[in-house]
Amino acid sequence: MASRGIRDRVAIVGMGCTPFGELWDKSADDLLTDATVACVDSAGIALEDVDAFWLGTLGSGQSGITLSKPLKIDYKPVTRVENFCATGSEAFRNACYAVASGAYDLAMAVGVEKLKDSGYSGLTGIRQVGDGTNAGLSSPAAFSFLVPAYAHKYGVDIDELKSVMTRIAFKNHQNGAVNPRAQFRKEVSMEKIASSPLVAGQLGVFDCSGVSDGAAAVVVCRSEDAARYTDSPLYVKGLSFVAGPAAGVIDPNYDYTSFEEVVRSAADAYQQAGITDPRTQLAMAEVHDCFTPTELVLMEDLGFAERGTAWKEVLAGTFDRDGELPVNPDGGLKSFGHPIGASGLRMLFECWLQLRRQAPPERQIASVTDSGRTLGLTHNLGGGPGECVSFVGVVGSEPTD
Amino acid sequence: MASGIVSWGTYLPYWRLERGSIGAAFGTSPGRGTRAVASYDEDTTTLGVEAARRALQVAGVPVPDDLFFSTPDPAYLDKTNATTVHAALGLPSGSGAYDLCGSVRSGWAAMRMAALAGERHPAIAVLSDLRTGLPGGAEESQGGDGAAAFVFASEGAVADVLGQASVTDEFLDRWRVPGETASRQWEDRFGEEALVPLARKAFAEALRRAALTVDDIDHLVVAGLHARAVASLRSTLGVPAERVAPDYAARVGNLGAAQSATGLADVLERASSGEVIAVLCVADGADAVVLRTTPALPGVQAARRHAGLVDVADAVDHGRTDLPYAVYLTWRGNLRREPPRRPDPERPDAPAMRRNEGWKFGFAASRCLECGFVHLPPTRVCLSCHSVDRMEPLRLADVRGTVATYTVDQLAYSLSPPMVGAVIDFDGGGRYRGEMTDVDLGALAIGTRIEMTFRCFYTAQGVHNYFWKARPVSDGVAAPDQVGAGQGAVPAAVRREGRG
Repeated sequence: MASRGIRDRVAIVGMGCTPFGELWDKSADDLLTDATVACVDSAGIALEDVDAFWLGTLGSGQSGITLSKPLKIDYKPVTRVENFCATGSEAFRNACYAVASGAYDLAMAVGVEKLKDSGYSGLTGIRQVGDGTNAGLSSPAAFSFLVPAYAHKYGVDIDELKSVMTRIAFKNHQNGAVNPRAQFRKEVSMEKIASSPLVAGQLGVFDCSGVSDGAAAVVVCRSEDAARYTDSPLYVKGLSFVAGPAAGVIDPNYDYTSFEEVVRSAADAYQQAGITDPRTQLAMAEVHDCFTPTELVLMEDLGFAERGTAWKEVLAGTFDRDGELPVNPDGGLKSFGHPIGASGLRMLFECWLQLRRQAPPERQIASVTDSGRTLGLTHNLGGGPGECVSFVGVVGSEPTD
Repeated sequence: MASGIVSWGTYLPYWRLERGSIGAAFGTSPGRGTRAVASYDEDTTTLGVEAARRALQVAGVPVPDDLFFSTPDPAYLDKTNATTVHAALGLPSGSGAYDLCGSVRSGWAAMRMAALAGERHPAIAVLSDLRTGLPGGAEESQGGDGAAAFVFASEGAVADVLGQASVTDEFLDRWRVPGETASRQWEDRFGEEALVPLARKAFAEALRRAALTVDDIDHLVVAGLHARAVASLRSTLGVPAERVAPDYAARVGNLGAAQSATGLADVLERASSGEVIAVLCVADGADAVVLRTTPALPGVQAARRHAGLVDVADAVDHGRTDLPYAVYLTWRGNLRREPPRRPDPERPDAPAMRRNEGWKFGFAASRCLECGFVHLPPTRVCLSCHSVDRMEPLRLADVRGTVATYTVDQLAYSLSPPMVGAVIDFDGGGRYRGEMTDVDLGALAIGTRIEMTFRCFYTAQGVHNYFWKARPVSDGVAAPDQVGAGQGAVPAAVRREGRG
């Protein structure tokens, strides 16, 4: 029994991603159509060429018909998947296995979420009433538990930690400001971020990701077939997904400064991909910055910084777009937006642009162009501290490193 | 065999409304003192649960076989509220639970029923009231919220009933049509003239049956919502003023159906053995009872202190008084405030509530018989050793804990935002992430000691969603901190003092 991975056996040959945002004029059907058409166009294929589909959405539809009906897909397998906020990555992972197994030649993963028809400014969640004993805490509140816990564990003054959170939001807004697909395309001053109204604990409005609509799609094939579709595919190096036993919420030993699920999925993905020092080997990382303290903790869980030091690295600019390891160069969930089912594929889309040097010059990262690094990481998390699912994927622009 | 009182418990909510804030809002003369106010997440059922828990927390109290719950302001009609109290107390299913709801006088009926049942097996009476009235009215300023519970049994009595008498008459003094939130009262001189002679008659008859005279009385409790009649009786029954039990209405208001039992509890907390107590309840007639304390009383008083229970005389002084009047009005449904911009909550599912009764109502975790790991909520598979179906229920409702971390949630749906969330580590093991209530945010910190309290989270489609919240252990209580393995398991990282 082992997690063997499918390193270099699957290639990404086309991608599409809609702008994310409050898209009052677009339905889920529209978003699916936009992303899917862009994806097949980028691969130079027709939709009919795709043999099987994986559709990821948290709640913008049920069953494969959610995709087959608007796209008029003729009698093909369409699998709807849901795995909290990691839904998009989960669709991608399963599509990869489908072609790696030889069952299909071309598979597509599509992720979509239409959140802004709800009438509420925050996430409204899904019906889980049951016996009525589930704590009704909001998502920002669940993640806000990280802040005092981290401050206490590492002796960081809570106000200093707030400035670290602010720095993360500032960086991601800077990155989103130059990305035409991002929901928020304006830089925001640190003063404005730091003084934004509180949502939960130390989290202000600007510490939270954007609630938005959007869709993204990817088409994959076996690596040996990649040249039929593109000169510059991305190769899948590692795919790991774990669901934890939800230990943190009932285990007094959990201290709210780490996501064990992320640590485990990162170790698995790195082993599959042959990564031993992610900080120096990766060109970039797209991580699940649903809230600013999440990104802080992820820097340690993903092995980009030693325990208790990520806050210093953030302040030092290590993860800036022009830093040693750019994190969320596209703006991340924070400013690109977080249409849940699409986010994992949006992260992959940034790797698609950056590793293939197709990002616009003003935001192309130097770790690829100057340092010649070829690997990108996507990390997608669903749930909250102590109780979550985590995906870590690694893709690269070279078939062997 | 006769039954007697073996234990009692009282509950006054955390909040007090300054009567002056009412006058300030209406531009009328400022009232004086405070009244006790049930929080937004409390109703007469939850108040009753809190009082009954305290009565049963005293060491050596027998498990009641029958439960009689009485309130003029029931949370449900048709559905029995006593069953909720019964479940929250974790009482065995092989017992009765009954409501005596509607009128203030029924409160004393619950006491009489429990005393009668107590001759055969232990029984508990739970009296609860939540006095609302209309904004600016006398009921609002002079009423109060609270509950009291008494356990009766044939052995171990701290007070024996020597005589009891009741007098009944039909007249209109205070009334309320079902569906209305405020009661109405006839001109109060009429009520006084009707009530006082009836009360004198009941009082005299109870004394006669006890073969005692007024001079034998060491403590007199007179209770009733008719303030003039009560004041008149307190001073004219022939009991010297120093033997008349103190009236706490100035600080907590008139507790309505719970007032008589709360007054009796207050006396029992101060009395010595061999003293005579007379209780006179004035409502639509009168009920009088004469009791004598026994040599068992000092032992129960000591057991109450050991359990960390607060006496009535102390509880009246421990309320929090910075409740804005507009917030009070909102809690009582008398001010229609803009709701949170979140979806309305949905009613909980009846089958799920029944399946999980031990958890939802009794706050019973599951403890692994193989390794001892405690799971909240209860699960079948052990997190620690993965044993399957090797669990025993473990009630944590009366176990204290420590705040491991917390947050103030401005976004979550709450009837009184913000919601305070906390991660609680229980003494002896078990972690739970849930909601806090009755919190002074300025005093909340990692390491704050908490106790659990039974609350109504919200009401949706006519269904009250009851469950447990954590609240800081009340100030001024000599808490018997059960420092055990659980506390040692609090992560050192988050055990230090500090702002969360």
